[in-house]
Amino acid sequence: MINTNYRFEVGRKRIYMPMTITEKILAKHAGLKEVKPGQLINAKVDIALGNDITAPIAIKEFKASGAKKVFNKNKVVLVPDHFTPNKDIKSAEQCKVLRNFAHEQKLKHYFDGGDVGVEHALLPEKGIVVPGDLVIGADSHTCTYGALGAFATGVGSTDLAAAMVTGEAWFKVPESMKFIFKGKFNKWVEGKDLILYLIGEIGVDGALYRAMEFCGSAIERLSMDSRLSMCNMAIEAGAKNGIIAPDKTTKTYVDKRAERPYKFYSSDENAIYCDVREYDCADIEPQVAFPHLPENTKNISDVGNVPIDQVVVGSCTNGRMEDLRVAAKIMKGKKIASSTRMIIIPATPLIYKQAMDEGLFDIYLKAGAIISPPTCGPCLGGHMGILAEGERALATTNRNFVGRMGHPKSEVYLANPAVAAATAVKGRIAHPDEVIKKHF
Amino acid sequence: MKFKGKAWKFSADIDTDQIIPARYLNTSDPKELARHCMEDADQQFVNKMKPGDIIVADKNFGCGSSREHAPIAIKAVGVSCVIAKSFARIFYRNSFNMGLPILECPEAVDAIKEGDEVEIDLNSGEIAIMQSQIENRKSQIFKAQAIPPFMQELINTGGLMKWVKKKVKTG
Repeated sequence: MINTNYRFEVGRKRIYMPMTITEKILAKHAGLKEVKPGQLINAKVDIALGNDITAPIAIKEFKASGAKKVFNKNKVVLVPDHFTPNKDIKSAEQCKVLRNFAHEQKLKHYFDGGDVGVEHALLPEKGIVVPGDLVIGADSHTCTYGALGAFATGVGSTDLAAAMVTGEAWFKVPESMKFIFKGKFNKWVEGKDLILYLIGEIGVDGALYRAMEFCGSAIERLSMDSRLSMCNMAIEAGAKNGIIAPDKTTKTYVDKRAERPYKFYSSDENAIYCDVREYDCADIEPQVAFPHLPENTKNISDVGNVPIDQVVVGSCTNGRMEDLRVAAKIMKGKKIASSTRMIIIPATPLIYKQAMDEGLFDIYLKAGAIISPPTCGPCLGGHMGILAEGERALATTNRNFVGRMGHPKSEVYLANPAVAAATAVKGRIAHPDEVIKKHF
Repeated sequence: MKFKGKAWKFSADIDTDQIIPARYLNTSDPKELARHCMEDADQQFVNKMKPGDIIVADKNFGCGSSREHAPIAIKAVGVSCVIAKSFARIFYRNSFNMGLPILECPEAVDAIKEGDEVEIDLNSGEIAIMQSQIENRKSQIFKAQAIPPFMQELINTGGLMKWVKKKVKTG
């Protein structure tokens, strides 16, 4: 690839400044030839996103600033997904703020009623975010879109308000960490396990303020659903963004969806990283993160006997087709343990319909699971499956903080959908092999 | 700008769910959020603390969600400043954007005991333990990491939205 960014010339020879994919996307959006870690830039955003919790504050700030119109009605996206279908009067009022603002501003991408999906599943699915984009979202899991080869990061409501006015946001260019995954996957291992394993290794602030770049032959073999769940949890290591260089898998995924032209960026071979780590997937089993931090990971074989009251399959981490299919394959013909309840939350209306068309709902219902409409719901302790004191959940979600899914004295364990389905059948944290012998 | 208050200590990795649990996020009213500030880390915090008091926390304070409700709740309950060994990045950003003073100073965090009277000079970044619970200990002074110039500009302008307004006006 020809690098057009050069630092200085020595005689007639150009010395190029190598950059990472993150640096290239930031430079491009800041209108600069090159950027360096630590540099403060003002960059144009392609998408500015808010939800029913964060957008009301942003809209208030937007109005207080005296601004009349958002910088671009196609680039401000509002998704009321956290407490919808409205769980109470106050959350209904918050959604009303979004609805009124979206209509007033004639926003192209506002999702309501039966069009609502979990934002970070919805935006890639609809082709609203494309490779090469710079995206900010007033939601910490905005980093999900790194799976498409975009720079995407979570911000607060005030940042969203400022971006809605100016179309820009300020950034400190992050240092990049490179994580190389090689080798064959063990049975039942998917993107979720790679990222949980990694967080277990480096800790919940192991990538603080930094970019996490995932690469290597194992990442190249990962499906898009798995990549999305991996980048989704970059924030759980404290990172500014997680990113995977786009490839054929990305192209196949975005070609039928992209609503705008896109651009593939990749890191220069001699780009500078503050840390490079290599992992052999042969060492990685399905992972379970114990309460109350995502870094408290264990191999599934070391978990022991942990009875579970509630299993949740869903969220912006693992509520996509691949997740629903693997759960169904394990649950087929089985019954959920009598001591356990299971909630399945397809992340978007399209996923919901496809799961229904593929017959997955029959399997879930016969097993005794509850099927929820798309929502963030219990993931953040909002609604649709809150835990009582002393209860224990295993979830395919992304956080197991104190009180995350309900009572401050309840517990959340994090795992992939295969482990979740096996756990629902057994009534305790279980290896999928305990339920189904055949892998697919 | 100077603050003086009693220190309330918190452990490492205090996440935004502990600062303001999501069950209260069906509103963004600062007064209501303030009532539940730090609830899942210390249920008695709002009853024990007095306006002007200071939160002193270990590493990675404010990790997790991007909810600006977290710094809003802390500010609205009357906490004058948060000192931590380090802050999660979105919390850090949000605090400057909406005007909650925060300082990074690992040495001060280690030295300050719960209940210590602490004085903070935001301009110089100096943190002084005025009155120690341990007898015979003299007051100590620590220097926090300098606030980056751009952040200082944000604080001086009165937060990000005012900075944006100023920038739009001046072109």
